[in-house]
Amino acid sequence: MSAVEIRGLSKSFAAGRSDAVDALADVDLTIEPGEFVSLIGPSGCGKSTALRLIGNLLEPTAGEVLVNGKPARQARLDQDYGISFQQAGLFDWRSVAQNIELPLELKGWDKKARRARALEVLDLVNLPEFADHLPWQLSGGMQQRVAIARALAVHPPLLLMDEPFGALDEMTRERMQDELLRICGETSTTVVFVTHSIPEAVYLSTRVVVMSPRPGRIRTVVDVGLGSDRGVETREAVAFFEKVTEVREALRGIGAFEEAGAEVVDR
Amino acid sequence: MFVLSLLLVALLWELYKLLGPQDGGSLFGWKILPRGNDRAMPHVWDMLARYAEPERRGFDKPIIVVVLQGAWFTFRLALVGFAMGTVVGLGLAVLMARFKVIERGLLPYLVVSQTVPLIALAPLVVSWGGKLHIGGFEWPRWLSAAVLGAFLAFFPVAVATLRGLTSTPPASLELMDSYAASWRQTLFKVRFPAAVPSMIPGLRLAATASVIGVVVAEISTGLAGGVGRLIIEYAREATADPAKVYTAVFAAALLGLVMTGLVVLFDLVLMRNRPRENPA
Repeated sequence: MSAVEIRGLSKSFAAGRSDAVDALADVDLTIEPGEFVSLIGPSGCGKSTALRLIGNLLEPTAGEVLVNGKPARQARLDQDYGISFQQAGLFDWRSVAQNIELPLELKGWDKKARRARALEVLDLVNLPEFADHLPWQLSGGMQQRVAIARALAVHPPLLLMDEPFGALDEMTRERMQDELLRICGETSTTVVFVTHSIPEAVYLSTRVVVMSPRPGRIRTVVDVGLGSDRGVETREAVAFFEKVTEVREALRGIGAFEEAGAEVVDR
Repeated sequence: MFVLSLLLVALLWELYKLLGPQDGGSLFGWKILPRGNDRAMPHVWDMLARYAEPERRGFDKPIIVVVLQGAWFTFRLALVGFAMGTVVGLGLAVLMARFKVIERGLLPYLVVSQTVPLIALAPLVVSWGGKLHIGGFEWPRWLSAAVLGAFLAFFPVAVATLRGLTSTPPASLELMDSYAASWRQTLFKVRFPAAVPSMIPGLRLAATASVIGVVVAEISTGLAGGVGRLIIEYAREATADPAKVYTAVFAAALLGLVMTGLVVLFDLVLMRNRPRENPA
């Protein structure tokens, strides 16, 4: 059974009106369990839309999304995935641990079990001593780790991430990438990752999906094949740069580096 | 800071008495400047000294006791009005946040309701006193005053809360969606906590508005026992005893301050964990 199966997926906003936007047109994609798949492309290519369709935060105009073999809606109701965004989006009025406990609370876990699980995932993201801190006392990188911990709290087989490291500085970003790879290795979580950064996509992924805008389509899928044991050496390896070049060429092929006449809001 | 500004106001008052025209001033034929004589504007120290003297000759209780008793009476009414207004305001805000139709249909009427002069409404509501029986419950007269307080208080609460409930960051709502949270769960776990900073100013307005409502209700209906009644009673004696009415006016002002203080306390408790950019 595939982790994610997308068939003939289309999404139009304001369909039928003069200002209709075809965010996604006829997309097919299958993601196997344990894979790390990045979606990359210029603004307006529908990568965030695709992510939200997988998470059933949007309803498709046409086509079908299966998560763990279930319709996306059922998967959402069963909390089969965890999600994190560019903004950590932690709640100010809850401590770090309480933020992580929120999805468990909604599922009706009792207090003790919730707390125990929160401490477990905090350990996983290397922030065990910050359980009782308040979110705004943490740095941006630490907040993002808490957001990832929160996404992992329900043991989801699938993690959806929308530019989670987009707001972080380069050093923090690379450290977070290594953390994420380690966490995914330890938990054997499947990841769908939306990013703007070519090296980030190549470094993290087993496959990079290159998308083109208006309407959003998949152009090519680059198999990265750098193995599962990645580190500083990987970032400096020739094979890594070759893959970065391959993704960049694919993006160049769709005109991603030319200035777009009318910029479309990326949704 | 507060004490300093009080002193400044007292200073200005005395300065005007010293320099302003004793019999009022006219500008282009309009009488606009107030009279600065002792009858219209008693000295600050006279007002303060008045607190120690009895309410009228032959009484042994100093007026401060009478005024404070009146203030306490009004305070309780205002508190009831504030509580009722807050409950109604919160309820309306939740309804309007939940159903866009209700917001569109109801909000204009709420705005209109606030343009009805309280003085016009007061006799009507007060006339329920003693007449209205709901089940075994007889409508007491004081409740009418509290209702008028609530009438002024609910509006700022409703508007501020509605604003707070509908300006939750979309990402937070998306997150709750991804958890398959119900509307109710989202309301109590996210929308309300996120709305607190916008609700506080509304509550603060409501607190003072409820005092105004109750005092005006007392004045316009002659409900005995409160500081509103004292104000009109004392105002009638203003020619003979000009400082007297100010003792009651200050008590009413103090009442507003105490009510606002309650909201500040509320604010401190609810916001204790949050980052503060501009402390109140």
